[in-house]
Amino acid sequence: MTNADIHSDAHAPILKVRNLCVYYETPKGDVLAVDGIDFDLYEGETLGLVGESGSGKSTAAMGILQLVVQPGRIAAGEVILEDRNLIGLSENELRNIRWIKLALIPQGAMNSLNPTMTVGAQIKDVIVAHEGRQLRGDLKARILEMLSTVGLPGRVYELYPHELSGGMKQRVCIAMAIALNPRVIIADESTSALDVVVQRVVAQTLLKVKQMLGVSMIMIGHDMGLMAQMADRVAVMYAGKIVEIAPVAELFADPKHPYSQILIESVPSLQERKPLKIMEGITHDPRNPPPGCIFQLRCPFVMGQCRVDPPPMRASKTGHLVACHLYEVSEDGELVNVRVAARDT
Amino acid sequence: MRGITLGYFVQRLGIFFLTIWIAATVIWIIPHIAPGDPISAMVSRMTSQGGFVENADVIIAGWKERFGLNASLPVQYLHYLGNIVHMDFGYSMASFPTPVSSIIGMALPWTVGLLLIAITITFLVGNFLGAIMVWRQTPRLFKILIPIGMTFTALPAILAAIFLMYIFAFLLTWFPLIHSYGDGMVPGFNMPFIISVIQHGTLPALSIVIVSFGYWALGMRGMMITVEGEDYMQLARAKGLRPFYLLYRYMVRNAILPQITAFAITLGTLISGQVLVESVFAYQGMGTVIYTAILNEDFPVIQGTSFILILMTALAVFLIDLLYPLIDPRISYGRKL
Amino acid sequence: MAVTAQDGVVVPSVKPVRTPKKMGRFNRWDTPWFNYKLIGGLIIIALILLLGFLGRIFWNPKLALTGSSPQDLPPVGLTTSLGNVGTWEHPLGTEDSGRDMLALLIIGAPNSFLVGVIAATIGMSVGIFLGFSAGFIGGAWDNVIRLLSDVTITIPALLVLIVIQSLLRGVEVTTMALLISLFAWPSPTRLIRSQVLTMRESGYIQMAKLSGTSTFSIMFREILPNLIPYLFASFIGNATGAILAAVGLETLGLGPQRIPTLGGTIYYAINASALLSNMWWWWGFPTLLLALMFIGLLLINLGFDEIANPRLRRSAQ
Repeated sequence: MTNADIHSDAHAPILKVRNLCVYYETPKGDVLAVDGIDFDLYEGETLGLVGESGSGKSTAAMGILQLVVQPGRIAAGEVILEDRNLIGLSENELRNIRWIKLALIPQGAMNSLNPTMTVGAQIKDVIVAHEGRQLRGDLKARILEMLSTVGLPGRVYELYPHELSGGMKQRVCIAMAIALNPRVIIADESTSALDVVVQRVVAQTLLKVKQMLGVSMIMIGHDMGLMAQMADRVAVMYAGKIVEIAPVAELFADPKHPYSQILIESVPSLQERKPLKIMEGITHDPRNPPPGCIFQLRCPFVMGQCRVDPPPMRASKTGHLVACHLYEVSEDGELVNVRVAARDT
Repeated sequence: MRGITLGYFVQRLGIFFLTIWIAATVIWIIPHIAPGDPISAMVSRMTSQGGFVENADVIIAGWKERFGLNASLPVQYLHYLGNIVHMDFGYSMASFPTPVSSIIGMALPWTVGLLLIAITITFLVGNFLGAIMVWRQTPRLFKILIPIGMTFTALPAILAAIFLMYIFAFLLTWFPLIHSYGDGMVPGFNMPFIISVIQHGTLPALSIVIVSFGYWALGMRGMMITVEGEDYMQLARAKGLRPFYLLYRYMVRNAILPQITAFAITLGTLISGQVLVESVFAYQGMGTVIYTAILNEDFPVIQGTSFILILMTALAVFLIDLLYPLIDPRISYGRKL
Repeated sequence: MAVTAQDGVVVPSVKPVRTPKKMGRFNRWDTPWFNYKLIGGLIIIALILLLGFLGRIFWNPKLALTGSSPQDLPPVGLTTSLGNVGTWEHPLGTEDSGRDMLALLIIGAPNSFLVGVIAATIGMSVGIFLGFSAGFIGGAWDNVIRLLSDVTITIPALLVLIVIQSLLRGVEVTTMALLISLFAWPSPTRLIRSQVLTMRESGYIQMAKLSGTSTFSIMFREILPNLIPYLFASFIGNATGAILAAVGLETLGLGPQRIPTLGGTIYYAINASALLSNMWWWWGFPTLLLALMFIGLLLINLGFDEIANPRLRRSAQ
């Protein structure tokens, strides 16, 4: 997926998120877990969603999947899947979309499977729920094939979740997610709870699945190294807002937002020997974000304007978006660092 | 390992027999550590009340012979155990020579029937109430039922029985006052009899249900809330499964196991409560038999009925223990719990 | 809808509505001990105990003796079909052997509590000892205790007590309490044992062990204080169970014979067909008092449960 392709009309966005706001109600005010995020997911691409703990990425996933529960609520925004706004649909209407069009590979597969059902039964029930009753033999053959796609032996069909290892459980979740051949899969920290060796296996499985089905994916995580391998574009979240979206190579080579720069720099390098930069976490109260830019309290380049105006998302013609007052779009569609430019004049 | 292993089965069976044996021994020992010859003492008490003077010698002699009371204590004990195995509890003193086992045989089906019905209704109603509390669309009326139910669990069943009897049988005469079926009716599988049984059994069953369901409702509600917060519920919702299927297969099936564990523990209290309820209603089950036996100082009957009830309880607990692995495959019984 | 303008600026649309800040619900009065259930229950029990203790001073207890009062009087203000009229001298009526109901309640109520307290104390003491030792020593001793407590819990206490007490005619309150306590020990034992097992592996116990504190000291200085709320809840639960067993026995006629008890009064009432002759005050007042007692005890129990287990505390959500 080249930069040019991103703006070509041949690949229209299959999922459009506009101004999604998910707030949590607490006695001392709302926590703005997700505060107005916008992005597009193009067909066939893998969009990485990165950010530290508390950035709101998992909440964003729940918001897209319409799985937000009390005390959280979707306060505003639209989630448009194939020209249909998911927000505001009734549960009945949503049920025709769930899993058929939009599937989830959950975080922490440790507890994501029903402990009192076999693997086969759990995959079976989602198929039956959406496609109606099936021929038993055909159904089992189909499920076995799915299991082998993710590299699991057929005997897993009869096993209970507690009889599987972490990596196996995660792959069961992947098999289950592709069962109905959805258009969009959201993978929420699918490798976070696993050790490195198993991570590799699971990541490869995901890649294979992506290539086989051409499914569009949103990959949520905080492992930048993994994103580098798996994602086509990456969106960086901080404290409920998206601060930068860019094609993956560009993000790593030239992170524009100060926060993205910190993130990229924090990835230990195998080539260079440099001191490890340790970050602090989110410093402001999520109930009371500062006016203006969300990152102002930690930004090394903060300016007066940052404390007053929230920076709008600016896009270059190559599909690199950043929300920061440091950047303006030049006449030929490039993002220009105004400070550097001012210095050079 | 999953399912019931042979080792587990044997272990539970062993506990069952141990419980029975300890109960039988305790019941046997008590009259023998009481001072004096138990039989003669009992008979003399009855005699002083102007009771069965005529049978006194016959009873004492027959008893002593039958149970070898002239033999040494250990031999008597073994004799007793042997008899227990054959369900032989001797003869009733109040209605000699009726064997205790036949008295039990007539009363036991009524007790078991009432118990099963009461337990089923309680379990279903209680757990159902608890489960639907989690559903947002549940009408407010149901939500009040749980605190009310919890208050009722404070009361012993017998108090509820007295209240119900007074209000519904005496004042309102909606239900018959006593007994398990209409006097003069012949037991049989015919409609009038069945209707009579239902009429007579309603208040006793209700006494038990009222004081028990709140506990189950509260427990089930708690478990459903716990289950609702589990990770697998999130994925289940994302899968777009039908609501009732979700409620049953993902929530209830996972919430019910601790309820069953708790049930096994409260079974003893339940049976004790039922005995008292039956005595209030003169329901022709074990409760009334015990009550009458106490009045008549008919000790063998008291012994026999108590033992049978303890046996029933231990058996029920044993069967429930075997049920666990079928419900929760996570429980492994390869080694000791 | 968002607007993607020519210059590449993406503008968000309408700002969402935020829920206004509510007043903080956490204030100085929010200590867990100020539990409504606990306080309510304590008030009820206190009132009943007051009835029992002050009653002896202000009311003539001798009216509980047979033949001390006119028979079959209804409560004050009522007249029975037989023409008996209630008077203020016997405000709650009398029963058929000439005992005043109020006096019966005054004497009977504290007796029930006494049974509960004695049985629960003994049960708890045995339970603490067995539970601690099983949890700490483990091994065969633990297995034996666990087995015994499982067996004892399975056996319905009332049935064995019936067998025992039907032989010992005329028990005293203390005797009955002792017998009941034979069945009161498994619950606290299991509770304490499981708590000890959980805590034994926890960090601060390991620290205590590492610093060389004796096992005894660990038990009493580290673990026991953390168990206090559980112990309270367990004590009340045990006492309730003991009173229940006592009432059960009394209702069957196996309770103390020489002093009036609430259950015993009900027994006599049922035996004399008081239900049918509509002498509702005879069985009604003891029943009501018992109901109040049990409800009060339950409230205290629930209150302690909430204190011991913070997750149960719900601030009216």
